[in-house]
Amino acid sequence: MAFNVIKPGILTLVQDLGRYGYQHLGVTTGGPMDEFAFRWGNALLDNHANAAQLEITFGMLTLEAQAPTSIAITGADLAATLNNKAILPWQTYALKTGDVLTFNQPNLGLRAYLAVKGGLQIAPVLGSVSTVMREALGGLTGKGEKIQKGDVIPFLSTTEHQQRITPRLAIPNYEQQNIPMVMSYQFNTLSGLDRARLFRNEYSVTAASDRMGYRLSGEAINGDKKGIISEGIAYGSIQMPNDGQPIVLLRDRQTIGGYPKMGCVTSIGGGLLAQKKPGDSIHFQCLSIGQAEQERQRKMSLLSQLR
Amino acid sequence: MSHSDHIPFELSHIKMDMVNEQACLLRFADHIDDTVADAIGLVTRQLRDLAGIIDTIPSYTSLLVTFDVEHHDRFAICQQIQTLLDNLDMTEVTSRASREVVIPVYYAEEVGPDLQEVAKHCDMTVEEVIQLHSQTTYRAYAIGFTPGFAFLGNTPKALHIPRKNTPRLKVPIGSVAIAEQQTAVYPSVSPGGWQILGRTPTPLVDWQSDSLALIEVGDSVRFEPISRAEFLAQGGQLDGF
Repeated sequence: MAFNVIKPGILTLVQDLGRYGYQHLGVTTGGPMDEFAFRWGNALLDNHANAAQLEITFGMLTLEAQAPTSIAITGADLAATLNNKAILPWQTYALKTGDVLTFNQPNLGLRAYLAVKGGLQIAPVLGSVSTVMREALGGLTGKGEKIQKGDVIPFLSTTEHQQRITPRLAIPNYEQQNIPMVMSYQFNTLSGLDRARLFRNEYSVTAASDRMGYRLSGEAINGDKKGIISEGIAYGSIQMPNDGQPIVLLRDRQTIGGYPKMGCVTSIGGGLLAQKKPGDSIHFQCLSIGQAEQERQRKMSLLSQLR
Repeated sequence: MSHSDHIPFELSHIKMDMVNEQACLLRFADHIDDTVADAIGLVTRQLRDLAGIIDTIPSYTSLLVTFDVEHHDRFAICQQIQTLLDNLDMTEVTSRASREVVIPVYYAEEVGPDLQEVAKHCDMTVEEVIQLHSQTTYRAYAIGFTPGFAFLGNTPKALHIPRKNTPRLKVPIGSVAIAEQQTAVYPSVSPGGWQILGRTPTPLVDWQSDSLALIEVGDSVRFEPISRAEFLAQGGQLDGF
């Protein structure tokens, strides 16, 4: 029982919440670029929070179900269709044998999640199925490959189905330009003028953005210019290379680095950023650690109300 | 990586700062030395067993710690870390001798294409380069760049050479290389700009085995010259460039 991959999409990857416990050996975490969209997919189906899903970037994916099951689609609106009829994200659908599920092109956001009842049945590598292409780890074969035409993606069949929709107030606004961040790392080395620039300016997402990092462009921040002694890079780190154009380091980031960092986008901020396309603009919005924590707990409590 | 001009390292100088809502950075010192590395190695090993900590990234002077905020309270984890730091003492740090890892290396031009250039730059013979590189004991200060890539220091001053102007697009697995005051083994095929002296037949990472990676931060590392025949007998491959 599985999906047959008719069209593989631009970038379709198997993901769970990520590969933890190996960063001291230089192994990155991987995991869903939009963590909350991923969590909602599993919550809608009563799956384990870590159950494996597909992360579909941009679209152009067509799957055929070989057996009945129940699915949830969350995240970006990639103009999905079920047997050529338009369907919306943030809810569950029942699939029958032979049903064809297609993700076309983005209407809103960039990355959609396809969760299946019980989770995709894939063997983990180092405790996770998350696909990290650069490190050749995870995914269907364990070797870090993206989904390809002709792949067979296994799931457990079921005719059990519950119609469920994510509550409206829990669905993120992917048009929001404000990306919450906290000040940390070398923020204190910034001049007052650079701090003002960082929070006042708009930055646009460049085409060189990927799962490792989002490269932004805008008025340069001069900062300290000097490199630092290489140190661990936390999720969401806002790195300031010599050209003063910030790079926000996300799920597939390197574990250590020697460029100064101005702080970190929050887990919610990183999820919103990951739904932006090249050319979209953003603003950094400053939160305290406590506020960031509360915001995360509020989002998590909406999820647990459903469970 | 000098030892001079710095206040001696003390455990009470370690600073803890949250960097995002799920991770904190412990800063041990603002300079690199072996005592600092010993302390970071010891704290890393002890933190890995604490409830609520899911990842650690030790580096030259700092340690990044990631929390499981789904199941644990941030303040409780910070309190645990502080208690652990308060109860450490320097005698414990220095008495826990680090592991020594010995890595066999076939030093030769067919697998070490930069040997001649390094010898010329350092005003030595190739034999002297090999001798100097393999007679030094190094320490693993950090791991990163690619999984299992250990930054080993310090190479003797006489062997210091800058990175290549144009990095190679493909450095073969097991290549042993130097750059500035550091040396390393490439655990996987990757681009790289370091000067390549030879190759080891020993796998640096094996995700299927329990040991996972041969070198961890804090380990002592030595390179032992082997012959072409020994290299091949141990499974070494000559191709790859």
